Amino acid sequence: MEILMCIIAGLLFAAAVYLMLSKSLLRIIIGTGLLSHGTHLMLLTMGGLKTGAVPVLGEHASAYTDPIPQALILTAIVISFGVTAVFLVIAYRAYQEIGTDNMEQMRGMETDD
Amino acid sequence: MSLLHWAILAPFIMAVFVPFLRKKAATIHTGWFVLILPVVLFGIFLQYLPVTMNNSSIIQTASWIPSLGINFTAYVDGLSLLFVLLITGIGALVVLYSIYYLSKTKESLHHFYVYLLMFMGAMLGVVLSDNVVTLYMFWEFTSISSFLLIAYWYNRDRSRYGAMKSMLITVFGGLMMLGGFLVLSIMGDTFSIRELAAQAPELNNHPLFLLAMILVLLGAFTKSAQFPFYIWLPDAMEAPTPVSAYLHSATMVKAGIYLVARFSPIFAFSGYWFWIVGAVGLFTMLWASFNAVKQTDLKGILAFSTVSQLGLIMSLLGVGAASLHFESLDDNIFTTAVIAAVFHLINHATFKGSLFMVVGIIDHETGTRDIRRLGGLMSLMPVTFTLSIIGAFSMAGLPPFNGFLSKEMFFLSMIQLMELNLFNVETWAVLFPVMAWIGSVFTFIYSMIIVFKVFTGKFQPEKLEKKPHEAPVGLLVSPSILAVLVAVFGLFPNLLSYSLIQPAAAAIVPSIIPPGEHLDVHISFWHGFSPELWMTIGVITVGILLYKFMPKWTGIYDYFPGKVTLNQFYNSGLYAAERGSNAITNAYMTGFIRSYLVYIFAFFIAALGFAIWAKDAFRYDASAAAPIGLYEVSLIFVLLAATITILLAKSRLTSIIALGAVGYTVSLFFVIFRAPDLALTQLVIETVSTALFLLCFYHLPKLSRHEEKRRFQAGNAIIAAGVGIIVTLIGISAHSSKLFASINEYYIENTYKKAGGENMVNVILVDFRGFDTLFEIAVLSVAALGIYGLIKLRLEKGGETNENE
Repeated sequence: MEILMCIIAGLLFAAAVYLMLSKSLLRIIIGTGLLSHGTHLMLLTMGGLKTGAVPVLGEHASAYTDPIPQALILTAIVISFGVTAVFLVIAYRAYQEIGTDNMEQMRGMETDD
Repeated sequence: MSLLHWAILAPFIMAVFVPFLRKKAATIHTGWFVLILPVVLFGIFLQYLPVTMNNSSIIQTASWIPSLGINFTAYVDGLSLLFVLLITGIGALVVLYSIYYLSKTKESLHHFYVYLLMFMGAMLGVVLSDNVVTLYMFWEFTSISSFLLIAYWYNRDRSRYGAMKSMLITVFGGLMMLGGFLVLSIMGDTFSIRELAAQAPELNNHPLFLLAMILVLLGAFTKSAQFPFYIWLPDAMEAPTPVSAYLHSATMVKAGIYLVARFSPIFAFSGYWFWIVGAVGLFTMLWASFNAVKQTDLKGILAFSTVSQLGLIMSLLGVGAASLHFESLDDNIFTTAVIAAVFHLINHATFKGSLFMVVGIIDHETGTRDIRRLGGLMSLMPVTFTLSIIGAFSMAGLPPFNGFLSKEMFFLSMIQLMELNLFNVETWAVLFPVMAWIGSVFTFIYSMIIVFKVFTGKFQPEKLEKKPHEAPVGLLVSPSILAVLVAVFGLFPNLLSYSLIQPAAAAIVPSIIPPGEHLDVHISFWHGFSPELWMTIGVITVGILLYKFMPKWTGIYDYFPGKVTLNQFYNSGLYAAERGSNAITNAYMTGFIRSYLVYIFAFFIAALGFAIWAKDAFRYDASAAAPIGLYEVSLIFVLLAATITILLAKSRLTSIIALGAVGYTVSLFFVIFRAPDLALTQLVIETVSTALFLLCFYHLPKLSRHEEKRRFQAGNAIIAAGVGIIVTLIGISAHSSKLFASINEYYIENTYKKAGGENMVNVILVDFRGFDTLFEIAVLSVAALGIYGLIKLRLEKGGETNENE
């Protein structure tokens, strides 16, 4: 299962990178969303899958799944949500001010105009 | 800190007070205050003369960074004292000259004297330092202050160009020299020059010896304007004439000579040293004297003549290195070269200093330095004429001036070289005197040009901006003193023999002098019809003939195409470097975010892929893996379908919904993999994110698939696939090689016992690792504030803020 999940995470990474390399700003943001999903799945996989009960002591199980990656992922989810929210608003404002979402037109260099 | 240290630092301290003097005592020329310092220093340093005459030395150490072995160690021996006296003595004369040369009202004098004092202090530091690090520090101070002085008239283009050129070249050499010093200090495990010299024989066999030598020589050659680094010196002539006289004839350009002389005890036993220093010096002498003849600017002639004379001294130091190979002092003829080098060093400082001042006077009184416009000034400026005759004849090597004596000794050393049977000299030995002789002929010619093109011939008042007349007495004092010295040293050379020359020569070649003995330095004015006298007579005869028929042969200069000069090489090199780096930067800094992401991802793939391949790090071991269940497989299909939908979606709504589908599938994965808190959070957050996407949806444009070429897409796909593969490989390898057990046992055991909770994930978040959570809250707050600011705050172009509703 872990091997399969690694491949899935790799596919998510590949899709995310492909989207991030495109010219449209919205696709780039969607790409970062996919990238964080891939990362979270990878984190969970590395902790080992299905090796025990839900990490709540009330279960009285003999073995529990590793709680540490779950805590890490929880933190990561919240942070990536915050970043995505900011990114989206920046995209919205940039479109409002500049009038384009084509990354090729949003170039920082004055000399190349 | 001893008196010696304060003497070195005195000019820097004085420089701090100069601007105040300028303000407080505006009626008096600032130079008068400055003049006191070099005079006093000269007096102080004269007191060391008896010490060095006994071949003893003085060392004073002040701690600077003792833990690194870097100390401010001042060391006075014959060589340093000679330079110190030149620096302070000529410094005093130059300051005196500048008082009359620079106008009190028109020039910003405080700048001038601050820079000049900085330079003086730096030069004193260079020649008195025993520690290579402090030597380097002062060395760069001379480069910087010289840069400031050359660009003194900073609103002129030529000044700025000359300053930058000299800065680039001398700083290049300075950095090389620092490298050489560091290599040396690694070899000898000390920063002290004396201690390095003491272990010279061991250093000679060290594998890094040649590297250290070449680096140190690069520093010396760039500073002393040797071939091919001499090109900065003619352009440095844009500086005020007192600066040219001081820096570019008497002191700074001799810093390289000092360096070569100072490091002779360490390097000179090597044959490379003999060849590099000797040959470069001699070729510089020939080349620069040849080029000096075609100059039309008086300062240009003097600049090339300085280069040529420095080459002469340099070659003598190189040839003098041969003396180390002879044990007994009595029949060691090669010490002549060292003595000649020291003697000519003094002579050159005197006559070149006075010549520069003379040229400054001519410039000051006629308004031009162009020899094509000057002429017939003899009767108008008789004193200046006399001074220039003394200086130029000494430079040409005519009796009875001091240049004659040192030129004779120069010829003698070159002739003696033919008797040397070391370093394969035999085959080439005859070239040395021949090159020396040809160089001297050209030296003779340009010396005559300085005198006779300016002071004789036809007076052309219509070409001059001012009505020429004799200079005021103040301007004439300094060059007169120097000219008197030229004559005195010429007539009574033995005044110097044992006071200055012998101790300095002993410092350059210490190993051949047995303790308690002295080098026999006796400069005789007349020693019969020796070969060198015939050479001098030849120089004068041929020189006069060539001077008489100058228009007939100056055509040969036309054979040197203007495009292959070293200046052209420097300029186009600089231009090419600028253009080249600009082109490279423009090529990869496209301003398009995709390019940068491509670099980042390509590097990611290359670096990690190479690491996996080179370290053979890939592992595959599925034995510890959990079994694959039906639920997971069906979820995987959903996930893949959603992802592919995003990739292929034509409208933005589809891709947003598909992204939401991916998020919900991930939360289902969390459910299956027994992470209830994650599933909960993921569900909520995915909902909110999708809502946010949809909110922006209204404002963002229709997902315009900006037309992308197929090749563009293919490139993206390759990189994306590469990243995916690398991530997968690393994930599989990491999972297949577990090195140690997890620390989760501790949490499982203590979640209730110590923290009083049952939900392990929550206890970890708020109890065991509560700090993470604190700052994650901070992240969310910052994000919220940032979004609020982004939406609310409108900064217009004028910088005003206004609140839009």
